[in-house]
Amino acid sequence: MKFIIAIIKPFKLDEVREALGAIGVAGMTVSEVKGFGRQKGQTEIYRGAEYSTNMLPKVKLEIAASDALAPQVVETIQQTASTDSIGDGKIFVLDLASVTRIRTGETGDTAL
Amino acid sequence: MIRKYLCGLGALGASMAAATAAWAQEAAPAAAAVPNPGNNAWMMTATVLVLLMIVPGLALFYGGLTRSKNMLSTMTQIGATAALAMLVWVMWGYGMAFGPEGNQFVSWGKFFLAGVTPDSTAATFTSEVISEYVFVSFQMTFAAITAALVLGALVERMKFAAVMVFVVVWLTIVYFPIAHMVWESRGVFFKMGALDFAGGTVVHINAGVSALVAALILGKRKGYPTEPMPPHSLTLTMVGTGLLWVGWFGFNAGSALEANGSAALAMINTFVATAAGGLAWMAVERLRGHKASALGFCSGVIAGLVAVTPAAGNSGPFGAIVLAAIASLVCYFAVTKLKPALGYDDSLDAFGIHGVGGMIGAIGTGIVYAPMFGGPGGADFAIGHQLLIQLFTVVATIVVSSVGTVIAITVAKALTGLRVSPEVEVEGLDIGEHGERAYN
Repeated sequence: MKFIIAIIKPFKLDEVREALGAIGVAGMTVSEVKGFGRQKGQTEIYRGAEYSTNMLPKVKLEIAASDALAPQVVETIQQTASTDSIGDGKIFVLDLASVTRIRTGETGDTAL
Repeated sequence: MIRKYLCGLGALGASMAAATAAWAQEAAPAAAAVPNPGNNAWMMTATVLVLLMIVPGLALFYGGLTRSKNMLSTMTQIGATAALAMLVWVMWGYGMAFGPEGNQFVSWGKFFLAGVTPDSTAATFTSEVISEYVFVSFQMTFAAITAALVLGALVERMKFAAVMVFVVVWLTIVYFPIAHMVWESRGVFFKMGALDFAGGTVVHINAGVSALVAALILGKRKGYPTEPMPPHSLTLTMVGTGLLWVGWFGFNAGSALEANGSAALAMINTFVATAAGGLAWMAVERLRGHKASALGFCSGVIAGLVAVTPAAGNSGPFGAIVLAAIASLVCYFAVTKLKPALGYDDSLDAFGIHGVGGMIGAIGTGIVYAPMFGGPGGADFAIGHQLLIQLFTVVATIVVSSVGTVIAITVAKALTGLRVSPEVEVEGLDIGEHGERAYN
């Protein structure tokens, strides 16, 4: 099993969610986060006084997927969230040791 | 605007008529002038519109520009300053500016409104009169907003008590004499023929220059200019801007003192000059490679309003449009280039917009008044001569404001210490000075 963390542009969230739903992803956790990478921040100007903010708002997706589905999830997010511009985000894939469904106590792939 | 000191003359005429009635049967007795209810009603409305400019207009405009920890402090200082100015006005301000006795620099008499009754009247530009209580109230709101405008350069670091002391001294030694000199028929600038329809000199140059001088003495805010100090709510600033614009119709059109054609001219100018000011600021932002901003719009609107204040009834609509657009551009460079270059901390640009815009407006009024630019001046109007008068008035106002402000700030410093402690400044004046937070 894999644990996939994707940082994407906020306006791409709905599109990515729909695309992931279409390939069979049954659930995910979404949070609003701030950070920076190569895009750096943005500049605000108030009556000529320039302030550069070095953190930009992004959306973080967390998805647990079976080994079989994981490559497809990564590919779908990459293709859907891309705008071909700096600041599109990153996808991290981690090995997932175990999953437990709280209601039933099921573990492993069946709990996904 | 002309503020002749005919106040109470009507009542005097009436008593004389009564005393001489026995032998003056054939001569027509001088009837006491009675206010036209239409003019009175308009001036009452205009007076309340100027109050709308202060609370909530200016309070929201300035408040939104400060950091959230100083929001209540900014708004409270404005509200309390206006209230204090009203009380000082009825105690000795009206007498010092428009009293029955006096010379070309100051007047006296009618302290504590002695002798003012519901029947006494004040002259307008024509043979009409308005109720003196209305005139007293209208002028009172001008004193109140001018004092509040100065605070724009001082917020986020000046003690509340220091503000209160400063306002009393400053009104007494700066505002009342200048109002007398420009607007009262015996005043030195009035006699010279200075054109100031609604207070470009008395209100805006005066407030702007005093703000700059006071800010220089008070010192910079802790962390300025290295620490970011972005406005905490441009939404509230935009609301305040709208209220200021609406209220300014009372300020400008009310300065005709009657509901007549002059007021109508001031009204159309207050619409179109302001529109030009707002758009001009956004245009220059764009031309300099930035985005046309909300704060730019608000700043341009205020710059346009300030510039059209002395010109309101002294210019045709297109003269006013050009004047306001130029003022907006000059103010843009004053706040974005001049201020950082000189390094003073005029927190909310009271000098950059009111001082600079007021000077452009006051000098420009000497040009747009000419009939060749659509102004109401006569055919024999000489621009060069008028410009000299305007320029002299501006320079003299700068001198009086600067000297008076140094004295007023020094008194405030001696009595209160002037500045809050560094701890209070970091924590915010809302908690430190008032024990409240704006947002919970």
